Amino acid sequence: MLEVKDLHVTVEGSEILKGLNLTLKAGEVHAIMGPNGAGKSTLSAVIAGKEGYEVTSGSITFKGRDVLEMDVEERAQAGLLLGFQYPVEIPGVKNIYLLKAALNAQRKARGEDEIPAPEFMKLVKEQLAAMKMDPSFLQRAVNEGFSGGEKKRNEILQMLVLQPKLVMLDEIDSGLDIDAMRVVAQGINSLRDPERGILIVTHYQRLLEHVEPDVVHVLVDGRIAKTGDKQLAYDLEARGYDWVLEESAA
Amino acid sequence: MSDEQTFLDKLQARNAVRGDEPTWITARRQAGAARFEAVGFPHKRVEDWKYTDIRSISRGDFELTDNAEFSPATAAALTLPIDALRLTFVDGVFSRSLSDLNSLPEGVSIEPLSQALEANHEAVGGALGRLAGIDFSPFTALNTAFTEEGAVIRLAAGTVVDKPIIVQFLSRANDRPVMSHPRVLVEAGGRSEATVIEHHAGEAEAANFTNLVSEIMLDRGAILSYYKLQEAPVGDLHISSLHAEQGRDSRFTSFNLTLGGALVRNDLVADLNAEGAETQYNGLFFVRGRQHVDNHTLVNHNAPRTYSNESYKGILDDRARGVFNGKVMVKRDSQQIEAYQNNANLLLSDRAEIDTKPELEIYADDVKCSHGATTGQLDEEAVYALRTRGIDEQMARGLLTLAFAGEVMEQVQVDAIAERVELAVAGKLPERFNLAGLVESASALGEE
Ligand SMILES: Nc1ncnc2c1ncn2[C@@H]1O[C@H](COP(=O)(O)OP(=O)(O)O)[C@@H](O)[C@H]1O
Ligand SMILES: [Mg+2]
Repeated sequence: MLEVKDLHVTVEGSEILKGLNLTLKAGEVHAIMGPNGAGKSTLSAVIAGKEGYEVTSGSITFKGRDVLEMDVEERAQAGLLLGFQYPVEIPGVKNIYLLKAALNAQRKARGEDEIPAPEFMKLVKEQLAAMKMDPSFLQRAVNEGFSGGEKKRNEILQMLVLQPKLVMLDEIDSGLDIDAMRVVAQGINSLRDPERGILIVTHYQRLLEHVEPDVVHVLVDGRIAKTGDKQLAYDLEARGYDWVLEESAA
Repeated sequence: MSDEQTFLDKLQARNAVRGDEPTWITARRQAGAARFEAVGFPHKRVEDWKYTDIRSISRGDFELTDNAEFSPATAAALTLPIDALRLTFVDGVFSRSLSDLNSLPEGVSIEPLSQALEANHEAVGGALGRLAGIDFSPFTALNTAFTEEGAVIRLAAGTVVDKPIIVQFLSRANDRPVMSHPRVLVEAGGRSEATVIEHHAGEAEAANFTNLVSEIMLDRGAILSYYKLQEAPVGDLHISSLHAEQGRDSRFTSFNLTLGGALVRNDLVADLNAEGAETQYNGLFFVRGRQHVDNHTLVNHNAPRTYSNESYKGILDDRARGVFNGKVMVKRDSQQIEAYQNNANLLLSDRAEIDTKPELEIYADDVKCSHGATTGQLDEEAVYALRTRGIDEQMARGLLTLAFAGEVMEQVQVDAIAERVELAVAGKLPERFNLAGLVESASALGEE
């Protein structure tokens, strides 16, 4: 479903990703771990289409389409969605409007009609309950005045409503207390689907106790230094990252 | 020949063919002309006109017209789709066929000024010109000199009018530009309630000059919402002066919404003359190209325990220019006053410009007063955040622009007006921004 080949990315003149390869198949949950500054956020941002990154070589394809040729909104419409580490506040734009406009944009791109209001409300209501969020959140401006945990839940709520083909989550677990972590993890687990891929970026193994990954990658210094199964996440937690570096240098 | 003389000559020619009229009107005409001749058009060295160049008016050569012919199909497209009582003027001339004054409710009188004068000129003479005299500005003087037509709306005490009253001004694409000097007179009796909509629209190629004077009198306990929807063609020139006089416990809510016009200058004055009187000024303008809009507002707190609240929002694109001057005056002995003012502006282009200035003159000590002015740009991070959810850039910008206007738009109670403004500001959205139905179902959700 997602294929990243020999990806080189520079930011403001310095190379951050240095020949990264990654293959993610539908139905799989991948975790990307790695020390601070390794390039994890850069990778997810480049896939999602954030400006300010220069792809100097390599390719990203999603379901056979050249992702690097697509605008940000096109990627989202095609089902590539990134949940942010620091969700942006959007004063004056109600949460419910964002959800509806986003869902309809996706449907329009597929040549479908707008979602009927009752159907939309039913969908939103269910997912809101799943995220243990009060309906009043729908009437509030997106992320405005939300606590850190509420912002993260809101990111997952968007995923649940928009049902992307590839879910990418950047440090969704940072700043969450245990209860919020459980709710967020449940949300992610409910997104597991044979038709969907999930890419979780984190530098703790904490979240992975709740959301079991099929594949764990270690990103160090702009490359995938090691790939394994969920056991790798535990090893990293216990031993840190240095041994991976040494191993890959050897 | 001076700029002023061009207008005075037009006046003289008009007077020569004018039929008999009450002597008081002739006298006022002369006084208006004399005043205008003495002070002349305002120039940029006059503080109140510092940022607004009116040479496109003063150097113009505008005809007066006598006919109100207008394509019914065009009129239908321009007219607000509202079940309303309606008076229509075409280039200042009353159009009976485009008006709808059938079945006026009891206690409501709506007439063109010419007809009101014919019926009982003395009943008009006392009110007309009482609030907006020839001294207010050269334009009110000029208007007084040319006074012919307009709207006279009278609500008997206790009358609650369900349907909005629309005063519609249509501007025509004439061979030669035309001018008009209409009046609007609203006398709202004690505890009467109504919504008046002053609507300006016209044919796209029109380039006419409208010089409007409105006087609005609210008796004790009267509640009046006054919408001004300015959708004139982008070639039109518009000067307007609106004066409200408020009695005890009256409430005046003004919506000053500007989308059209090449040059638009609005002066708003509210006199809060008795305790409990309350004024709400809501303003929103969205201008593009080389449009210029200038809003000068004034609230006179002439009595204790009077309240005013003002929120003006400006959105400027391209090389558009805006001016906001908000003045609050609290008289000595006007204690326990609350006066709030806020002006926020959004610049969508580097070349757009806004000059904003609050002016507070407070001569009492027991006063709650605040004001603030901000000017900024669209938050690019927010634009990007919306795009990452699949919303295309144009809609993302539209949404955020509307969100900026939200505070004022939420107050708009007339859906047809809200829709026109939303469409102009945000382009075609998939559904109404505030999603009336959706919001209801969502709040029902909260109650379960
Ligand atoms: N916008 C940026 N401007 C400059 N440097 C950046 C920018 N974004 C990321 N970097 C640099 O790129 C490297 C990788 O950052 P990032 O992808 O955020 O790492 P991670 O998410 O793995 O902690 C870091 O050295 C960081 O300082
Ligand atoms: Mg990061």
